[in-house]
Order: sequence, then C-alpha cells, then structure tokens
Amino acid sequence: MLKAIGAGSLDELFADIPAELRLDRPLDLPDGRPETEVFDHLAALASRNAHADSELCFLGAGMYDHYVPAIVDAITQRSEFLTPYTPYQPEVSQGTLQAMFEFQTAMSELTGLPVANASLYEGPSSVASAAYLAIGATGRRRLVASRGLHPHARETLRTYARGFGAEVVEVGLAGGLTDAAELAAAVDGATAAVFVQNPNFLGAVEDLERLAAAAKEAGALTVAAVDPITLGILRPPGDCGVDIAVGEGQPLGGRLDFGGPSFGFFCAAEEHLRRMPGRIAGEAADADGRRGFVLALQTREQHIRREKATHNICTAQALNALGGIVYLAWLGKRGIVELGELLARRTAYARERLAAIEGVELLHDAPVVREFALRLDAPVAEVLERCAADGIAAGYPLARDYPEHPDGLLVAITERRSREDIDRLAESLRAAVSEAVGVAA
Amino acid sequence: MAEESYPDDLLYHPEHDWARIEGEEATFGITWYAQDALGEVVFYEPPEVGTRVSKDRPYSEVESVKAVSEVYAPLSGEIVAVNEKLAEAPETINEDPYGEGWLVRVKLADPSEAEALMDAEAYRRMLSE
Amino acid sequence: MTRPPATAEIPAPQQRERVVTIFERSAPGRRAGTVPACDVPERPLAELIPARLLRERPPELPEVSEPEIVRHYNRLSRRNFDLDTGPYPLGSCTMKHNPRLNERVAALPGHARLHPAQDPKRAQGALELMWRLERALCEICGLPFASLQPSAGSHGELAGLLLTRAYHDDRGERRTKVLIPDTAHGTNPATVTMAGYETVKVATNERGGIELGDLRAKATGEVAALMLTNPNTLGLFDENIAEITRIVRDAGGVLYYDGANLNAIMGRSRPGDMGFDIVHVNLHKSFSQPHGGGGPGAGPICVSERIEPYLPVPRVVRSEAGNGAGPSFAFDYERPKSIGRLRGFAGNFGVFVRAYAYIASLGGDGLAEASETAVLNANYLLARLRAGRAGRYLPPAFDRRCMHEFVLTGAPAKRELGVRTLDIAKRLLDYGFHPPTIYFPLLVDEALMFEPTETETREGLDALADAIEAILAEAEEDPEILRSAPYTTPVRRLDEAAANRRPVLRQGAGGG
Repeated sequence: MLKAIGAGSLDELFADIPAELRLDRPLDLPDGRPETEVFDHLAALASRNAHADSELCFLGAGMYDHYVPAIVDAITQRSEFLTPYTPYQPEVSQGTLQAMFEFQTAMSELTGLPVANASLYEGPSSVASAAYLAIGATGRRRLVASRGLHPHARETLRTYARGFGAEVVEVGLAGGLTDAAELAAAVDGATAAVFVQNPNFLGAVEDLERLAAAAKEAGALTVAAVDPITLGILRPPGDCGVDIAVGEGQPLGGRLDFGGPSFGFFCAAEEHLRRMPGRIAGEAADADGRRGFVLALQTREQHIRREKATHNICTAQALNALGGIVYLAWLGKRGIVELGELLARRTAYARERLAAIEGVELLHDAPVVREFALRLDAPVAEVLERCAADGIAAGYPLARDYPEHPDGLLVAITERRSREDIDRLAESLRAAVSEAVGVAA
Repeated sequence: MAEESYPDDLLYHPEHDWARIEGEEATFGITWYAQDALGEVVFYEPPEVGTRVSKDRPYSEVESVKAVSEVYAPLSGEIVAVNEKLAEAPETINEDPYGEGWLVRVKLADPSEAEALMDAEAYRRMLSE
Repeated sequence: MTRPPATAEIPAPQQRERVVTIFERSAPGRRAGTVPACDVPERPLAELIPARLLRERPPELPEVSEPEIVRHYNRLSRRNFDLDTGPYPLGSCTMKHNPRLNERVAALPGHARLHPAQDPKRAQGALELMWRLERALCEICGLPFASLQPSAGSHGELAGLLLTRAYHDDRGERRTKVLIPDTAHGTNPATVTMAGYETVKVATNERGGIELGDLRAKATGEVAALMLTNPNTLGLFDENIAEITRIVRDAGGVLYYDGANLNAIMGRSRPGDMGFDIVHVNLHKSFSQPHGGGGPGAGPICVSERIEPYLPVPRVVRSEAGNGAGPSFAFDYERPKSIGRLRGFAGNFGVFVRAYAYIASLGGDGLAEASETAVLNANYLLARLRAGRAGRYLPPAFDRRCMHEFVLTGAPAKRELGVRTLDIAKRLLDYGFHPPTIYFPLLVDEALMFEPTETETREGLDALADAIEAILAEAEEDPEILRSAPYTTPVRRLDEAAANRRPVLRQGAGGG
C-alpha cells in the first residue's frame, strides 16, 4: 500500500506534523488486552456497584426502575439500527427515518402538542433548549422557573442562561406545589418563559392550566417538563395551554445505566415549528411515488444554518428514541393507562403505609402519581444506611437539593415494586427510623 | 423552471437582487441566478409591511431544501406591500422570479441610490467573470 | 464487479413493500405487554387526583401484538444500510467498527441496572470506570483534567465556550468574539451563538491551513477563543499549529480543539501539546461507540490547568485510603468556580463503558496503530482515486498528502460530464456503499469527503475505488444513469422540496 501511495514508510505519512509536536514516547496507557481479559476487568468493576437487581430500588429523582421488555433490546441491538449514521442519505435510511416519524407521533400524542422532534440528549438539557427557543421567539431575557423543576434542570438552565444571556428567577413551592400567586407576581413583560414540572420533583401533580394562564397573560411562553409515563392518565400539557413540553425519556424503555444514555423529548405548538431544535423526520414521496421519509426542515439545523441555527445539536439519542417507540408500541393505548392507574394506586398505598410509621410524616399531601416526599424524625443518611443493609435503596435524600427539607426523602414507585416490596420497605423503614431515633435519644 | 434571463427594464444588485422602479416606489426580487443557485424554494416569510429596509442590507431570507439565502435590499425605503402568495407557493420564486415571484414593494427613501445599481448588461458581465 | 441495474424497470423487492407505520397496523383491542394486576386497593383515580387534572381520553398509541411489533421493526431495520453490513466512508464521522464486546459489558447488570441516584459509596465500580476513562482521555489529548458530562460533540463545544466565558469573566475581561476557520463544521458557529458570542471567520490559505495573516489581524483583545480542529475538515494537518495557538494565546484568547478528527493522530501528536486549552472528544467517533442512526454519543472534554477551576460539577475524585484498602472515588460538588451542570446526573455512562472497553482492548499501542492505519487507508484510497477517471473528474481539492480523510472536488465532473457530486453519491448506493460526506466543507465546490477509517481492508478500499471508476465510466456513456439513481434501494430519490413545503411530521397531521 505504501508503494501505491508513493511513501517509503508510515512515518512519512505523518511528515506534516512538526518534529516538536510529535509524541516521542508511547502513550502512557495499559497495554491492550484480549477480549476475555477486558471482559473480566469490566465485570470486576461492574460487580462493585449495588444495582437494582441486587437490591430493592425505590430511587427516582427523574429516572425510574421500570420494566424494560425484552423486545426493546432485541430490536435496538440489531445491527441495522445500532450501527448506521444519521440518515443523511434517506434512500438507505428508511428504517431510521420511519422509526423517528413514529416516535414523533407517539410523543405528540402523549403531550397533546402537534410538533415533536426526534430527540434531544435528556431531560434537564431539553429544558434549557426550550429556554433558548423562548428567548429567540419572544426577544425577552427573563426566565421564571418553579422550584418544583428538577434541581438538575434548574442548574442546567442557569448554566446555559449565562451563555445566551438570560436571567433565571426562581418561584417557591407551597404545600409541595408551585406557589401560583408567587408565579403570577414573578412573570412580567420581560419574561420569555415560565418553567414548571409535572409531576414536580417532590412528586406533586401541578395545575398546569392555571400556571400556563398566568404566563400567557404576561405574554410569556409556558414550558412544562413532564414525566412521559404519567401521560397515560394525566391531562396532556397541550390541553392545558402549555407551549412546549419537554422531559426525560428514560422511563420509556430505557435502562438506568447510571444516568445515561437516555433521550430528551421536545414537543411544541405549531407556531414554534421553525424554531424547533434537533432532527425532525417528515413524510415524502420518491421518484416513483412511493411513500418514504426524509429529514425535514433541515434549514433550522447547524449543518445548514450555522450561526443562526435553532440549536447546535448534531448527534442526539436516536437509538434510545427507537427504544422509546418500541416500548410505547409494546405498552399500547390500554397499557399506558393501566400502568398509570397502577402507579397511582400503589403510590397511594405506599404513601399511606409509610406515613403511618412512627417518626415518618408526609412532606406534603398534594396529589401524587408515582413518587412522593416524606420527612423523617431521624437522620436521613443513617436511615438509608440501615435500609441498605436490609437490601433496600429506600429513597433519594432531599437535603442537598432542598436545604429547606434537611430531613426529606423522595420515594419512587414503579410497576416492579409490588405490594410485598412496599410492605418490606415499610418494615425496614420503621425499624431503621426507630433504631436511628433510639440511638440519637 | 424559468429560463435564464435578466430583463433589460430592471436594475441589479451584486448580491443577485433586482429592482423595478415605478415612480416613487420599487418592487424587489431575486434574480434567475440566485434562484438557480438556491434550488427549489420551499419557504419564504416576508417581513411586515411598514418595515424599513436599507440599501445593501439583508431584509429577509429565502429557503430551499439545503440552503438559506439572505435577500438584500437594492435600495432603501419602507415596505408598503409584500407578496402574500409566496406563503402558499414559494416555488413561484423559481418559476417566475421577475413576475409573480416578486418579494416586496417599497416606497423609496432616496431614488438617487439607483445610480449605484447595475443595468442588465453590467450584471450579466459580472456573472460571467 | 457486477454492475447494478441502471434503470428502474425491475423494482427491488423492498420497493414493492407497502410502507405502513406501526400506528396503521393497529387494531382495537390488540396489545403486546400486560401490566401487573393491581395488588393494592383499587381506588378510583379521581379519588387520588382531581378529575380536572386527569386525561379524558387515552392517547392514541398503537394497539398491536408482540409478533407484529417484532416483524414491523425487523422489516424496518432491513430498509437501512448499516456499518455492520458495508463501508461508510463518511468524512468527519469516523465510522469505525463497533466491537460487540462493548455491548456485552454495557449490558452487565452492574452497569445497566445501576440507578444514577445510587449512593456513590455503593457505585464505586462506576466511579472508578469514569475516573480511569478520564485519565485515558487526558493522556491521549495531552491535557491534565477532564469532565465526561457532555452528551455529544456539540454539547462538549458548548461546555468549552461556557468555560471560556467563565475564564474571562473571572479575569474581569469582556470578550465578544470567537474565531473559527471557514472550513469549520456547522456545530461550531451554532455553538458560538448559543454561548452568546459572535462568529468571526478566519480564511484558509492555499495549502488548506489557517491563513496566518488573517488570523493575526483578527486575534484582538475582543476574541474570547479560537475553535479549531487539526487535522482540519479537509483532512490536512496545519504545520503552523503551534504558531496559531501562540498568536491567540498572546492575544489573551482560549484555544478550543474540536476532537472530531482525533482518529488521525492518536499516539502521534496531542492537542494539548499543540497549545490547546480545551478539547472535546467524540466517543462515538474515535472510540467506537455505535452511532445508532443519530446517537447516543458522548462529548467529554479535557482541559488545561488554567481552565480546570471552571469544569462542570460533579467532578470525579479519587482518594487513597489510609488503611491499606484500595483507593475510593467520590463525586465532588464543592467547586465554587464551576460553570455548573450541563445536564442531569453524570452523563452518558453507558457510552463511557463502551469507550472504556475499547481503550482497554486496544491499549496505547493499539490506539496508535488505529490512527496509523486510518491515515494509511485514507492515503491509499486517495492514491487510487488520483488515477484513472477519478483523477480526471474528481481531483483532490488540495494537492497534498492527507491524514485520515481527504476532500475531492466534483467540479470537473459537473463541467465535463454534467453530473453533480449528489448524482455520484446516489449511484454509489446502488453499488452497495454508503457515499462519502457530500457538499462539506463549504469551501470546496461539489465536495466529496472520504474517511475510510482503519476498519476497511485493502480489498475493501480497492472495491470502493473500482466502484467510483465504474460510475464515472457510466457517466461518460450516459450521465442520466447517475442523475436518476439510485434504482435498487428501498426507495428512490425522494422529493425533499415537497416534503419541506408542506411538512407532514407525524401520523394524522392535519386531521388525517
């Protein structure tokens, strides 16, 4: 090959690199190893993680231990979906493009908003992406965010806002819900958008319609971060006057994967179509009249619009979104409703049982669907240690994200947590709290 | 699509825009060369009536599938009319760039600015270079 | 090589398939999964949640059985061309083989079933993996500190410019511009705007590198950063790179390196040594994460000491145990100068697992060999394409040795044969290859950018060169063959203009 190139050696091919920039030693990395050793090394690392198959998991905070049906893996592991590139040559990418179209349809259905894209990275950064759209659309620079928005979303919003030059103002919670009066007072003629989450981070079901109305009155957009698994039973944001619905897609057939990869979804009212971020698949006809799909409205995107693009995103989370539409097809029209009902009922049961424990009370009693917040009369960290020793991850401590709730604990329910599991949690929590209190006393 | 042409009764701007002057008003559009370079136009959103445009500055954009092109004002003035038809049929810009594919009509601020524009022959010369 | 059909008379089998969406397959009452029965009191929903907050009608999701789902998506999958099936010489994409070991280790329960909110003391394997991956990327890039948080290259770019802003703000300096070459990938200027800066373009010289005079003129006290990739999107290594970074550094700017082309130089040269402050690495390019049809990926960043204080939180930190036990790892949030978070939790951990497995498999030597082979393959393919019809109709844009990718111009083909780069690309589909990147970079007329990667064998490269030769011969005989191609793919050329004029972006749009 070198002969064909006309080079005497491999080094010659790198001749353009000036001598002083040539690395004159091997990379200081461990040597390469055969597959069997690499596997053992990775398996050893994995074995040092306490995961949801090795203990009972009541952790939530944005990602949930839902059951991932086997067909999701079977389909997403197929070479034809796993290994191709972004569909820039649509004639050989109809599988990916049609799956995107179906995914967009499903997310549009769930949120009640007509336009959906084919994915963003994940939940919190999708919230920030909605902010970028809002400041472009309104020309305003103030963002009002409820304290019920996921702490990671609020932080991400602030980080991005420092870049595109917006101010982030926070509105507090009252009784676990966004303080509607405080929100109405905070929204003004300089506000580009209001950000709320439903159910909110403390698990409470918000009145989106009322909050959106307050925003609209001031000419601001409403962005709702929603949990997709609850959209089988909760009123879709589009029906509540919400302009943009975004969120974390992990509950829809995604692995826990220590936080990623998952996908973010982004759905909006028709008027925002041309400001939408990310890829969008659209229907098209080929030269012989056959039905097909293409990447639509690419002039919004970075590869064409460059500095005026609606967003800088290129690679998104297409494979995870495919997992999402497969999951939603598997769950189906009836399944998503039944799942929502089951979650609501089990969560109600769990909340009742745990609140009945001595030294445990509800942090708020707003309606909940799949997650709720408790206050413990014992050091939360210690209680969690004791439950962990029982093989249970009892919940997410709130202290760091909500210093006003130093003894708060967030407990999440999925369809994998049976009544027995909940009873086991109750028993373990009861023992843990009383022991921790006993020790402290 | 239209055949290549550069009508003699128009004036031309180096950014491939034309102006048809009628008294104190002028109609603007993009030339055959511009629409050919863009390809099939899929979207055009006109600016609002009343907007002021400045000579040599962009005042809107024309989009094809794979490109976006800024449209430059050959002359300064205030927009008095926009071509509403283009919202439904943006491809008119390709089919008839000098007629039905007109973009905006402007009340001129300074008709003497026309002296800086090229005639059809000068524009054709510029294209061939 | 057998020539594929050059007309549309005999439709390919998949072309005869009626395209049906999963929604259109639905029949009322069908279902695939079932939800566990309710084992707690079956209280009416309206008792638990106020009725006005509840949905009135179920969402119109599909109603299909499991076999129908499986058949539907399996059929769909076969309408894709994929990397496991054939070559994908897309310039700037680094479509190298995705080792299946990576999927196996990513699926281990200790990874796939690990909740992100798990107590870090009970996720030590995960934190150690992240720490080790950071160290490996730092060594490859020649910079001391890292964050794995960004979810893709674009996200890494945004992180980089937000770090830049924090750095200048900390110095009380107000800088408004970012310099990028005119060959830059579109994500660069898009990111500049998102980060609140103004894009200023720097010219490319005749050798395909940065025009130093233009750079010197533009590197003022208003410049926050220069964003560059080296080798650049033309596949060319800029010999002046040390001078370039010095010019910007002397003007007080930050140097940002887009790691998209790292596959050319692993083990040979390092962006940190070239003088860059911030590098993003595309794990879905050089580090074998599968592209998945458009993600997931990851865009971790490595940074210099002067940028380190501003890195996103949480940071992964390692401490030696005092008591003879091994080191322990933690998430550190106490970074007062940090720009904050760019997303939830720690990032695309599943991607970290795969990239780490790849690095562990290859080792330092293996990575260096991968780059060498990538550069060798690109130069070999270029040499093949300099000969014959390709040499005549698709000459290189720059008459230089390339690195891991190269750019040809189809201007002569357009002029002499009446076929555009697009037409050549579409005919290549019929020959069983994914085309190269087309119409990028914008600097080159009728551009074709080839990046074969180290995965392709010599025979594979010869086959690709032979196919292009054959296609150009077809064009000489009858250019219409190319202009109406492809013929054998699941669909033929699609009317994108119509699709964009009246967009249909979901099933049932417009009340249908």
